[in-house]
Amino acid sequence: MRLTGPQKILWAAAGFAALAYGALMVFSDRAPVSVAQAAFRPTFTLPDAEGRLRTLSDFAGKHLLMFFGFTNCPDVCPTTLAEVAQVMDDLGEEAANVQPLFISIDPERDRRLGLAAFTAAFHPTILGLAGDAEQTRAAAESFKINFEREEDAAAPDGYMMSHSPALYLIGPDGDWLRQFTYGTPAADILADLQSRL
Amino acid sequence: MLSTLLTLTAPAAFACEIFTVGDLSVEHAWSRATIGADRPGVFYVEVTNAGTTDDALIGIATPAAGMPMLHETVVTNGIASMPHAMSIPVPAGQSVKLAPGGYHGMLTGLTTALNEGDSFPVTLTFEKAGEVTVNVEVLSLRAEGPDCEHAGQ
Ligand SMILES: [Cu+2]
Repeated sequence: MRLTGPQKILWAAAGFAALAYGALMVFSDRAPVSVAQAAFRPTFTLPDAEGRLRTLSDFAGKHLLMFFGFTNCPDVCPTTLAEVAQVMDDLGEEAANVQPLFISIDPERDRRLGLAAFTAAFHPTILGLAGDAEQTRAAAESFKINFEREEDAAAPDGYMMSHSPALYLIGPDGDWLRQFTYGTPAADILADLQSRL
Repeated sequence: MLSTLLTLTAPAAFACEIFTVGDLSVEHAWSRATIGADRPGVFYVEVTNAGTTDDALIGIATPAAGMPMLHETVVTNGIASMPHAMSIPVPAGQSVKLAPGGYHGMLTGLTTALNEGDSFPVTLTFEKAGEVTVNVEVLSLRAEGPDCEHAGQ
Protein backbone atom coordinates (compact mmCIF):
# COMPACT_ATOMS: atom_id res chain seq x y z
CA MET A 1 0.00 0.00 0.00
CA ARG A 2 1.32 3.40 -1.00
CA LEU A 3 0.35 6.27 1.18
CA THR A 4 -0.17 9.78 -0.11
CA GLY A 5 1.38 12.66 1.79
CA PRO A 6 -1.78 13.60 3.76
CA GLN A 7 -2.41 9.93 4.55
CA LYS A 8 1.06 9.63 6.02
CA ILE A 9 0.41 12.62 8.21
CA LEU A 10 -2.88 11.11 9.38
CA TRP A 11 -1.24 7.80 10.24
CA ALA A 12 1.53 9.59 12.07
CA ALA A 13 -1.06 11.58 14.01
CA ALA A 14 -2.95 8.41 14.88
CA GLY A 15 0.27 6.78 16.03
CA PHE A 16 1.11 9.75 18.18
CA ALA A 17 -2.37 9.77 19.68
CA ALA A 18 -2.05 6.07 20.50
CA LEU A 19 1.29 6.69 22.17
CA ALA A 20 -0.04 9.62 24.13
CA TYR A 21 -3.02 7.56 25.25
CA GLY A 22 -0.67 4.73 26.25
CA ALA A 23 1.44 7.12 28.29
CA LEU A 24 -1.69 8.48 29.93
CA MET A 25 -2.79 4.97 30.90
CA VAL A 26 0.63 4.17 32.34
CA PHE A 27 0.74 7.33 34.40
CA SER A 28 -2.86 7.15 35.50
CA ASP A 29 -1.99 3.78 37.02
CA ARG A 30 0.47 5.47 39.28
CA ALA A 31 -1.60 8.49 40.12
CA PRO A 32 -2.32 8.58 43.83
CA VAL A 33 -6.02 8.35 44.54
CA SER A 34 -6.87 11.32 46.71
CA VAL A 35 -9.95 11.55 48.88
CA ALA A 36 -11.14 14.56 46.90
CA GLN A 37 -11.23 12.50 43.73
CA ALA A 38 -14.42 10.72 42.78
CA ALA A 39 -14.44 7.19 44.15
CA PHE A 40 -12.95 4.66 41.78
CA ARG A 41 -15.19 1.61 41.62
CA PRO A 42 -13.83 -1.21 39.55
CA THR A 43 -16.26 -3.90 38.43
CA PHE A 44 -16.14 -7.52 37.34
CA THR A 45 -18.53 -10.27 36.33
CA LEU A 46 -16.74 -13.59 36.47
CA PRO A 47 -17.70 -17.19 37.16
CA ASP A 48 -16.32 -19.04 40.17
CA ALA A 49 -15.12 -22.63 39.95
CA GLU A 50 -18.72 -23.87 40.03
CA GLY A 51 -19.74 -21.61 37.19
CA ARG A 52 -21.76 -19.15 39.30
CA LEU A 53 -21.35 -15.58 38.06
CA ARG A 54 -19.91 -13.34 40.72
CA THR A 55 -19.87 -9.56 40.76
CA LEU A 56 -18.53 -6.97 43.14
CA SER A 57 -21.99 -6.46 44.67
CA ASP A 58 -22.00 -10.08 45.91
CA PHE A 59 -19.38 -9.02 48.41
CA ALA A 60 -20.92 -5.75 49.58
CA GLY A 61 -20.07 -5.04 53.20
CA LYS A 62 -16.75 -6.85 53.04
CA HIS A 63 -13.26 -5.70 52.30
CA LEU A 64 -11.90 -7.46 49.24
CA LEU A 65 -8.27 -8.46 48.80
CA MET A 66 -7.91 -9.02 45.07
CA PHE A 67 -5.09 -10.55 43.11
CA PHE A 68 -4.79 -11.16 39.39
CA GLY A 69 -2.62 -14.14 38.51
CA PHE A 70 -2.39 -17.60 37.03
CA THR A 71 -1.97 -20.93 38.72
CA ASN A 72 0.99 -22.02 36.59
CA CYS A 73 3.03 -19.23 38.10
CA PRO A 74 5.64 -20.72 40.46
CA ASP A 75 7.22 -17.62 41.94
CA VAL A 76 5.12 -14.45 42.21
CA CYS A 77 1.62 -15.89 42.65
CA PRO A 78 2.33 -18.43 45.42
CA THR A 79 4.27 -15.82 47.36
CA THR A 80 1.37 -13.38 47.29
CA LEU A 81 -1.31 -16.00 47.98
CA ALA A 82 0.76 -17.31 50.88
CA GLU A 83 0.79 -13.79 52.30
CA VAL A 84 -2.95 -13.47 51.84
CA ALA A 85 -3.40 -16.81 53.63
CA GLN A 86 -1.25 -15.59 56.50
CA VAL A 87 -3.23 -12.36 56.74
CA MET A 88 -6.52 -14.29 56.84
CA ASP A 89 -5.21 -16.53 59.61
CA ASP A 90 -3.89 -13.60 61.60
CA LEU A 91 -7.13 -11.63 61.28
CA GLY A 92 -8.85 -14.19 63.48
CA GLU A 93 -12.56 -13.39 63.83
CA GLU A 94 -12.21 -10.26 61.73
CA ALA A 95 -11.44 -12.49 58.76
CA ALA A 96 -15.21 -12.84 58.34
CA ASN A 97 -15.21 -9.25 57.05
CA VAL A 98 -12.55 -9.85 54.41
CA GLN A 99 -12.94 -11.79 51.16
CA PRO A 100 -9.80 -12.69 49.23
CA LEU A 101 -10.33 -13.11 45.47
CA PHE A 102 -7.98 -14.61 42.94
CA ILE A 103 -8.84 -13.60 39.38
CA SER A 104 -7.28 -15.79 36.74
CA ILE A 105 -5.69 -14.05 33.78
CA ASP A 106 -5.11 -17.48 32.23
CA PRO A 107 -8.67 -18.75 32.74
CA GLU A 108 -8.90 -21.57 30.24
CA ARG A 109 -5.83 -23.41 31.49
CA ASP A 110 -6.57 -22.60 35.13
CA ARG A 111 -10.01 -24.15 34.88
CA ARG A 112 -8.46 -27.24 33.33
CA LEU A 113 -5.78 -27.51 36.02
CA GLY A 114 -8.27 -26.86 38.81
CA LEU A 115 -8.73 -23.38 40.16
CA ALA A 116 -10.50 -24.29 43.39
CA ALA A 117 -7.86 -26.85 44.39
CA PHE A 118 -5.20 -24.23 43.85
CA THR A 119 -6.79 -21.46 45.91
CA ALA A 120 -7.92 -23.87 48.65
CA ALA A 121 -4.38 -25.16 49.05
CA PHE A 122 -3.40 -21.69 50.24
CA HIS A 123 -6.49 -20.83 52.24
CA PRO A 124 -10.07 -22.07 52.20
CA THR A 125 -11.43 -18.52 52.14
CA ILE A 126 -9.73 -17.56 48.87
CA LEU A 127 -12.25 -17.58 46.05
CA GLY A 128 -10.93 -18.19 42.54
CA LEU A 129 -12.68 -16.61 39.56
CA ALA A 130 -12.02 -17.54 35.95
CA GLY A 131 -14.10 -16.11 33.13
CA ASP A 132 -13.82 -16.19 29.37
CA ALA A 133 -11.35 -14.01 27.51
CA GLU A 134 -13.76 -11.09 27.26
CA GLN A 135 -14.86 -11.13 30.91
CA THR A 136 -11.25 -11.37 31.99
CA ARG A 137 -10.17 -8.48 29.79
CA ALA A 138 -13.08 -6.37 31.07
CA ALA A 139 -12.21 -7.04 34.71
CA ALA A 140 -8.55 -6.22 34.13
CA GLU A 141 -9.41 -2.99 32.33
CA SER A 142 -11.76 -2.00 35.09
CA PHE A 143 -8.99 -2.46 37.66
CA LYS A 144 -6.55 -0.73 35.28
CA ILE A 145 -4.27 -3.70 35.39
CA ASN A 146 -2.34 -5.21 32.54
CA PHE A 147 -1.65 -8.76 31.54
CA GLU A 148 -0.16 -10.32 28.50
CA ARG A 149 0.43 -13.71 26.99
CA GLU A 150 3.97 -14.28 25.76
CA GLU A 151 4.75 -17.16 23.45
CA ASP A 152 7.67 -19.13 24.85
CA ALA A 153 8.51 -22.53 23.42
CA ALA A 154 10.25 -23.59 26.63
CA ALA A 155 7.31 -22.69 28.87
CA PRO A 156 4.57 -25.12 29.87
CA ASP A 157 2.07 -25.30 26.95
CA GLY A 158 4.31 -22.94 24.99
CA TYR A 159 3.37 -19.68 26.67
CA MET A 160 3.91 -17.59 29.72
CA MET A 161 1.71 -14.94 31.28
CA SER A 162 2.97 -11.62 32.52
CA HIS A 163 0.74 -9.60 34.80
CA SER A 164 0.40 -6.88 37.42
CA PRO A 165 1.53 -8.56 40.65
CA ALA A 166 0.00 -6.15 43.14
CA LEU A 167 -2.74 -6.91 45.63
CA TYR A 168 -5.76 -4.59 45.54
CA LEU A 169 -7.94 -3.62 48.44
CA ILE A 170 -11.58 -2.80 47.74
CA GLY A 171 -13.76 -1.30 50.47
CA PRO A 172 -17.11 -2.58 51.75
CA ASP A 173 -18.98 -0.18 49.43
CA GLY A 174 -16.98 -1.17 46.36
CA ASP A 175 -14.51 1.70 46.38
CA TRP A 176 -10.95 1.01 45.36
CA LEU A 177 -8.95 1.79 48.51
CA ARG A 178 -5.33 1.02 47.73
CA GLN A 179 -2.88 -1.45 46.34
CA PHE A 180 -0.16 -3.36 48.12
CA THR A 181 2.85 -3.65 45.83
CA TYR A 182 4.32 -7.08 45.28
CA GLY A 183 6.41 -8.16 48.25
CA THR A 184 4.52 -6.15 50.89
CA PRO A 185 4.98 -8.23 54.06
CA ALA A 186 1.88 -9.96 55.39
CA ALA A 187 2.27 -8.05 58.68
CA ASP A 188 1.92 -4.71 56.87
CA ILE A 189 -1.18 -5.84 55.00
CA LEU A 190 -2.62 -7.14 58.27
CA ALA A 191 -1.96 -3.87 60.08
CA ASP A 192 -3.58 -1.87 57.29
CA LEU A 193 -6.67 -4.08 57.30
CA GLN A 194 -6.98 -4.04 61.08
CA SER A 195 -6.94 -0.24 61.03
CA ARG A 196 -9.97 -0.31 58.72
CA LEU A 197 -12.04 -3.13 60.21
CA MET B 1 10.57 -44.10 39.19
CA LEU B 2 11.27 -40.86 40.97
CA SER B 3 10.26 -42.29 44.30
CA THR B 4 13.70 -43.87 44.47
CA LEU B 5 15.21 -40.43 44.07
CA LEU B 6 12.94 -38.60 46.44
CA THR B 7 13.63 -39.11 50.07
CA LEU B 8 10.22 -39.00 51.63
CA THR B 9 11.43 -38.54 55.15
CA ALA B 10 14.14 -35.93 54.91
CA PRO B 11 15.96 -35.04 58.09
CA ALA B 12 14.86 -31.72 59.49
CA ALA B 13 16.40 -28.61 57.97
CA PHE B 14 17.85 -30.30 54.93
CA ALA B 15 18.00 -26.88 53.35
CA CYS B 16 20.57 -25.77 55.92
CA GLU B 17 23.20 -28.15 54.63
CA ILE B 18 26.14 -26.40 52.95
CA PHE B 19 27.67 -27.79 49.76
CA THR B 20 30.93 -26.52 48.34
CA VAL B 21 32.63 -26.54 44.97
CA GLY B 22 35.90 -24.66 44.60
CA ASP B 23 35.44 -21.25 46.21
CA LEU B 24 31.69 -21.47 46.09
CA SER B 25 29.41 -22.56 48.87
CA VAL B 26 25.80 -23.40 48.16
CA GLU B 27 23.15 -23.46 50.85
CA HIS B 28 19.47 -22.88 51.64
CA ALA B 29 18.39 -25.00 48.71
CA TRP B 30 14.63 -25.23 48.95
CA SER B 31 11.51 -25.63 46.92
CA ARG B 32 7.83 -24.99 47.53
CA ALA B 33 5.25 -27.75 47.72
CA THR B 34 3.15 -28.02 44.57
CA ILE B 35 -0.48 -28.87 44.02
CA GLY B 36 -0.13 -31.93 41.83
CA ALA B 37 2.54 -32.31 39.16
CA ASP B 38 0.90 -30.34 36.33
CA ARG B 39 2.17 -26.95 37.38
CA PRO B 40 5.84 -25.99 37.49
CA GLY B 41 7.79 -26.16 40.71
CA VAL B 42 10.38 -23.71 41.88
CA PHE B 43 13.95 -23.88 43.13
CA TYR B 44 15.63 -21.38 45.41
CA VAL B 45 19.20 -21.37 46.70
CA GLU B 46 21.97 -19.12 47.93
CA VAL B 47 25.50 -19.14 46.51
CA THR B 48 28.46 -17.44 48.12
CA ASN B 49 31.70 -16.85 46.27
CA ALA B 50 34.57 -16.67 48.76
CA GLY B 51 37.15 -16.51 45.97
CA THR B 52 38.69 -13.67 44.03
CA THR B 53 37.33 -14.64 40.61
CA ASP B 54 33.83 -13.86 39.40
CA ASP B 55 31.73 -16.88 38.55
CA ALA B 56 28.22 -17.47 37.27
CA LEU B 57 25.46 -20.01 37.60
CA ILE B 58 24.71 -21.12 34.06
CA GLY B 59 22.39 -24.09 34.45
CA ILE B 60 20.51 -26.51 36.66
CA ALA B 61 19.57 -30.14 36.20
CA THR B 62 17.35 -32.40 38.27
CA PRO B 63 15.60 -35.74 37.94
CA ALA B 64 12.54 -34.07 39.51
CA ALA B 65 11.64 -32.12 36.35
CA GLY B 66 11.78 -32.61 32.62
CA MET B 67 12.75 -29.05 31.86
CA PRO B 68 14.48 -27.19 34.67
CA MET B 69 15.74 -23.73 33.80
CA LEU B 70 16.87 -20.47 35.33
CA HIS B 71 14.45 -17.55 35.37
CA GLU B 72 14.30 -14.09 36.78
CA THR B 73 11.11 -12.44 37.91
CA VAL B 74 11.25 -8.82 36.84
CA VAL B 75 8.66 -6.15 37.46
CA THR B 76 8.71 -3.52 34.72
CA ASN B 77 6.11 -0.73 34.66
CA GLY B 78 4.00 -2.66 37.12
CA ILE B 79 4.05 -5.89 35.11
CA ALA B 80 5.75 -9.02 36.42
CA SER B 81 7.28 -11.37 33.89
CA MET B 82 9.78 -14.22 34.10
CA PRO B 83 12.39 -14.08 31.37
CA HIS B 84 15.02 -16.83 31.14
CA ALA B 85 18.26 -16.05 32.92
CA MET B 86 21.06 -17.34 30.72
CA SER B 87 23.58 -16.73 33.45
CA ILE B 88 23.28 -15.56 37.05
CA PRO B 89 26.42 -13.68 38.14
CA VAL B 90 28.14 -14.80 41.32
CA PRO B 91 30.75 -12.05 41.73
CA ALA B 92 33.93 -12.61 43.75
CA GLY B 93 33.38 -12.02 47.45
CA GLN B 94 29.60 -11.81 47.14
CA SER B 95 26.48 -13.84 47.76
CA VAL B 96 23.68 -14.31 45.31
CA LYS B 97 20.21 -15.45 46.25
CA LEU B 98 17.67 -17.23 44.16
CA ALA B 99 14.65 -16.15 46.19
CA PRO B 100 10.95 -15.35 45.77
CA GLY B 101 10.42 -12.39 43.50
CA GLY B 102 13.83 -12.59 41.82
CA TYR B 103 16.03 -15.25 40.33
CA HIS B 104 14.62 -18.75 40.60
CA GLY B 105 14.91 -22.16 39.09
CA MET B 106 11.72 -23.01 37.24
CA LEU B 107 11.00 -26.72 37.33
CA THR B 108 8.77 -27.34 34.35
CA GLY B 109 7.51 -30.84 33.67
CA LEU B 110 7.59 -32.15 37.25
CA THR B 111 8.00 -35.90 37.42
CA THR B 112 5.83 -36.01 40.50
CA ALA B 113 4.10 -33.61 42.85
CA LEU B 114 6.41 -32.02 45.40
CA ASN B 115 5.14 -32.54 48.92
CA GLU B 116 6.31 -30.77 52.02
CA GLY B 117 9.13 -32.78 53.61
CA ASP B 118 10.29 -34.35 50.34
CA SER B 119 13.74 -33.67 49.06
CA PHE B 120 15.30 -34.02 45.64
CA PRO B 121 18.74 -33.40 44.11
CA VAL B 122 19.58 -30.45 41.87
CA THR B 123 22.90 -30.17 40.06
CA LEU B 124 24.08 -26.60 39.61
CA THR B 125 26.55 -25.81 36.85
CA PHE B 126 28.86 -22.86 37.33
CA GLU B 127 30.85 -21.29 34.53
CA LYS B 128 34.18 -21.72 36.33
CA ALA B 129 33.71 -23.85 39.41
CA GLY B 130 31.92 -26.61 37.55
CA GLU B 131 29.14 -28.76 38.95
CA VAL B 132 27.81 -29.40 42.41
CA THR B 133 24.77 -31.42 43.44
CA VAL B 134 22.69 -30.24 46.37
CA ASN B 135 19.72 -31.66 48.24
CA VAL B 136 16.67 -29.52 47.92
CA GLU B 137 14.16 -29.51 50.73
CA VAL B 138 10.50 -29.10 49.85
CA LEU B 139 8.94 -26.62 52.25
CA SER B 140 5.28 -25.77 52.74
CA LEU B 141 3.21 -23.83 50.23
CA ARG B 142 3.46 -20.83 52.52
CA ALA B 143 7.18 -20.99 53.20
CA GLU B 144 9.31 -17.93 52.53
CA GLY B 145 12.56 -19.79 53.01
CA PRO B 146 14.24 -22.29 55.31
CA ASP B 147 14.74 -21.57 58.98
CA CYS B 148 18.40 -22.14 59.60
CA GLU B 149 20.37 -21.65 62.79
CA HIS B 150 23.29 -19.94 61.15
CA ALA B 151 23.07 -16.34 60.03
CA GLY B 152 21.86 -14.86 56.81
CA GLN B 153 19.11 -16.80 55.10
CU1 LIG C 1 9.84 -18.85 36.34
